[in-house]
Amino acid sequence: MDEVVKVENLKKYFPVSLGFFRTLTTRKELFVRAVDGINLKIKKGEIFGLAGESGSGKTTTGRLILRLIEPTAGKIFFNGQEITKIPGKNFKALRRKMQIIFQDPYESINPRFTIYDVISEPLHIQKIFNSEKEIEDAVFKALEAVKLAPPEVFIYRYPHELSGGQRQRVAVARALVLNPEFIVADEPVSMLDVSIRAEVLNLMTELREKTGVSFLYITHDLALARHICDTIGVMYLGKMMEMGTVEQVIGEPLHPYTQALIKAVPVPDPSSKRSEVVIKGEIPSPINPPSGCRFHTRCPSYIGDICKTKEPQLINVGGEHYVACHLYSK
Amino acid sequence: MIQMSVLDVQNLKMYYKIGRGYVYAVDDVNFKVEKGVGLGLAGESGCGKSSIAITILRILPTNARIFGGKVIFEGKNVLTMDEAALRNQIRWGGISLVFQGAMNALNPVYRVEDQIIEAIRLHEPQTSKEEAKERVKKLFELVGMDPERSSNYPHEFSGGMRQRACIAMALACNPKLLIADEPGTALDVVVQAQTLKLLRELKEKLGLSMIVISHDLSIIAETCQKSAIMYAGWIVEYGDIVSIFKEPLHPYTQDLIGAFPSIHSKRTRLSYIPGSPPDLLNPPSGCRFHPRCKYAMEICKKEKPPLVEASSGHYVLCHLLTKR
Repeated sequence: MDEVVKVENLKKYFPVSLGFFRTLTTRKELFVRAVDGINLKIKKGEIFGLAGESGSGKTTTGRLILRLIEPTAGKIFFNGQEITKIPGKNFKALRRKMQIIFQDPYESINPRFTIYDVISEPLHIQKIFNSEKEIEDAVFKALEAVKLAPPEVFIYRYPHELSGGQRQRVAVARALVLNPEFIVADEPVSMLDVSIRAEVLNLMTELREKTGVSFLYITHDLALARHICDTIGVMYLGKMMEMGTVEQVIGEPLHPYTQALIKAVPVPDPSSKRSEVVIKGEIPSPINPPSGCRFHTRCPSYIGDICKTKEPQLINVGGEHYVACHLYSK
Repeated sequence: MIQMSVLDVQNLKMYYKIGRGYVYAVDDVNFKVEKGVGLGLAGESGCGKSSIAITILRILPTNARIFGGKVIFEGKNVLTMDEAALRNQIRWGGISLVFQGAMNALNPVYRVEDQIIEAIRLHEPQTSKEEAKERVKKLFELVGMDPERSSNYPHEFSGGMRQRACIAMALACNPKLLIADEPGTALDVVVQAQTLKLLRELKEKLGLSMIVISHDLSIIAETCQKSAIMYAGWIVEYGDIVSIFKEPLHPYTQDLIGAFPSIHSKRTRLSYIPGSPPDLLNPPSGCRFHPRCKYAMEICKKEKPPLVEASSGHYVLCHLLTKR
């Protein structure tokens, strides 16, 4: 079994609250189709990048896999075991193996906790160790792993005494202290300064090499994803548009959406070609997503009525490269 | 100086007074913006980029004080003008600012149209309401939006449209210099690319001079011809954008460029700058970058480095250059 996580046809619809008057006048219930039938596999020791514009359902996917929110439909497997139906009270043992790093280190850490409290809290909840000494050792080890050394200096500090980069490393240490097999990293560096982003990302790749932990790396920054991830999935309005290795998806993108995204990324080189604007407008509302292929309203390679009426399936185009587009389905 | 400079900032100093002392946000800064040229102000958060923008327009918070220097706009020193002159000659008509976070820069309870008309009539009181309304329609066309939608409220616009509306508003009184504070930040890549393209086109079409403030070097590479790299209230390197990106001389610039991976480059291990940006309340002695600098020498801890012209028009603030 070399997959840590497998997801089959995962869906999450959030009901839209209409307000008192409109509930009386409207019969139809409305839903935001945040995630609408996603399939993916994350291998052991792999960094899987989930990319897309805001509102494409990346974060919802991450939270669904950890069962922080309940899916509307679909199945989630963790180490071959289906975890979709496990009731909450029996889920605690599994939580040890799957952790999350949130986007904003200024909000994800309790400001009234010392760093020691922050990192030891999961150990207390999980009751892995019997003595405080063992907990202390584990906290020290985690702090050293994220290079907050020497640990004695940091354990009595409060979050406000640390910089953004240090806080995010505390968040990584907290996720790490339970020795998980799988971590969801939800835009872990987007709130950090450029000069220290790479520090946190390099930490992730080092941990992967040392401990074999797998990551679901949620990002909107394709340039960073190119240098960090092994596999990339590109989402658009709750659907997976393209999935494959980094070389396939970034190097030879097939889906018009992926191609447009890559062309739009600005390049830090004044002599290179300017970024191009291939697609117009902005991402449509996920409440009434376009019929057929969801991208057809903005697609530069629109080929006719089929795009409007028939939804393209995610098909294998060779290797482990998948794409959902009528250009490639015979 | 044969080339006409629209804006000439000399030895500008602006500190914020807080209970524990002064925050040295803008400390002895020099740069020029030529006609029709885009200058990129780059640096990490808290290095003083936005503080420069609000000092140029003199829209400072009450605890900010200007401690010296000159801001020469078209031959006149902005820092010695009175409020009336500022309103009639500088703000909006001379220099205008596109604020950071266009999502929240518009007033949610007024129609976009009325907000732009207010700006026009405040700075050009002789304009009638009808004329101003016509001008708003033209501005909307200029930034690629449907003029019919100018009577909408901001919440009816998407993020990218609000950014465009803010740019339209900044252009309302035909400014000569446009300052864009973090354009494209908080927007999706596609919308960001659209915004950057719009800025490039406007600069061409209207012959605008621009200052683009961003932490993202790639945004500056896309829109500007000159660049100033800021660190802890100082401009540490200033010059032509190609020479700064291709032959960076200051260690901070080198590291900062290294921290920006390109989507087209080969897969590499990302580089970063150890440590974190300094507290400007107590900036490090000597060169403010020395605690994070890999080439730091004894002299760097003691003396502020001099500004050296390394090659024509390429200035660097570093002791390494005087050593050679």
